Amino acid sequence: MVTAIAEADKQEVQEAIESTRAGRVFVPRADIFESQDKLVVLADMPGVDESSVEITVENNILTLQGFVKAPVRDGYRPVLTEYGVGDFRRSFTLSNAIDREGIEAACKNGVLTLTLPKSKSLLPKKVTVKAVSD
Amino acid sequence: MLLQRISDGRFADNSLSNFWRSLSELDAARHNLNRLLTGDSAAGTSSEFPALNVWLSEDDALVEAELAGIEAEDIDISVTNDSLTLRGSRPAYALAEGERFHRQERGSGQFSRSLQLPFRIDADNVEANLSKGVLQIRVPRAESDKLKKIMVRPA
Repeated sequence: MVTAIAEADKQEVQEAIESTRAGRVFVPRADIFESQDKLVVLADMPGVDESSVEITVENNILTLQGFVKAPVRDGYRPVLTEYGVGDFRRSFTLSNAIDREGIEAACKNGVLTLTLPKSKSLLPKKVTVKAVSD
Repeated sequence: MLLQRISDGRFADNSLSNFWRSLSELDAARHNLNRLLTGDSAAGTSSEFPALNVWLSEDDALVEAELAGIEAEDIDISVTNDSLTLRGSRPAYALAEGERFHRQERGSGQFSRSLQLPFRIDADNVEANLSKGVLQIRVPRAESDKLKKIMVRPA
C-alpha cells in the first residue's frame, strides 16, 4: 500500500547565534542511515544546488548550509503563503568513528547527500585463524 | 478556507495588495501558533503536502511548491476550468542489507493537492518548471477572462 506523504512543517532555526546574513534560516528535514562502513545524511534543501551549499567540519561539528534567495516578484501579490523561503542550516555532532577526510557530498533535485565513511581502523576486521601444525 | 481566500482575491485591486500580504503573513503566524498549541512540532504534520505559495498578477498566477528529491516525471499536473491539481509521489529510500535508519524526517509516499484559482485557466499555456527541487507553475488567465477596457467615445 502506498501512503500519503506526511512530514513536519518547514521550521526556522531557533538558536542564539547571531547571523551575519539577513533573512530567514530554516532547518532542513533530514534522514540519516548507517551501514557497516558509512553514515549517510540526506537533507532536503529545495532551491539549493552544488554551488550554493557549504559543508564544514569544525571541532567535531558538521554543519550544512544552503543559501537560497527568496524571489522578488514585481507585479505580483502573494495570495497564499504556506511556507517561507530562506537559507538552510543544520549541525550534527560527529563521532570519532568518522573519517573526516573521506566525507563526500552531492546535490540533486534539492537534496543534499553526504556520505561519511567510518575510519578504516574502526571497521570490523576479519581475523584469520592460522592452522597450527604440531 | 483555501478556496475562499483565493476566490476572494478576484476582487482585490492594487490598493488591497498590502492587505493581502499582511493577511498571508498573519496566516503563516497562525499556522506557527497552531503548531505550538498542538504540541511537538517535529511530529506535527498538520498541513497538506506539498505546501504551496501562490502569487497573482492581472494576467497569470504563479504556484510554487518545494518538492525536493522528486523527479519531473513523477509529477503530474492537470488543469480543469479554474482548478489546478498536482499529483505525484516520492519513493521511500529502500534500505540495503545491513543498513538502518537513525533518523527519518523526510516524508515518502503519494501526494495530491488541488487549488482553485480566481479565473478560468488558459490550459494550453500552463508552464511548469522543476529546478533544484522547487516546482514553479505559471498559470495564465484565459483570454476570455481577461479584464477588458472599453473606450468611451464622445458623442
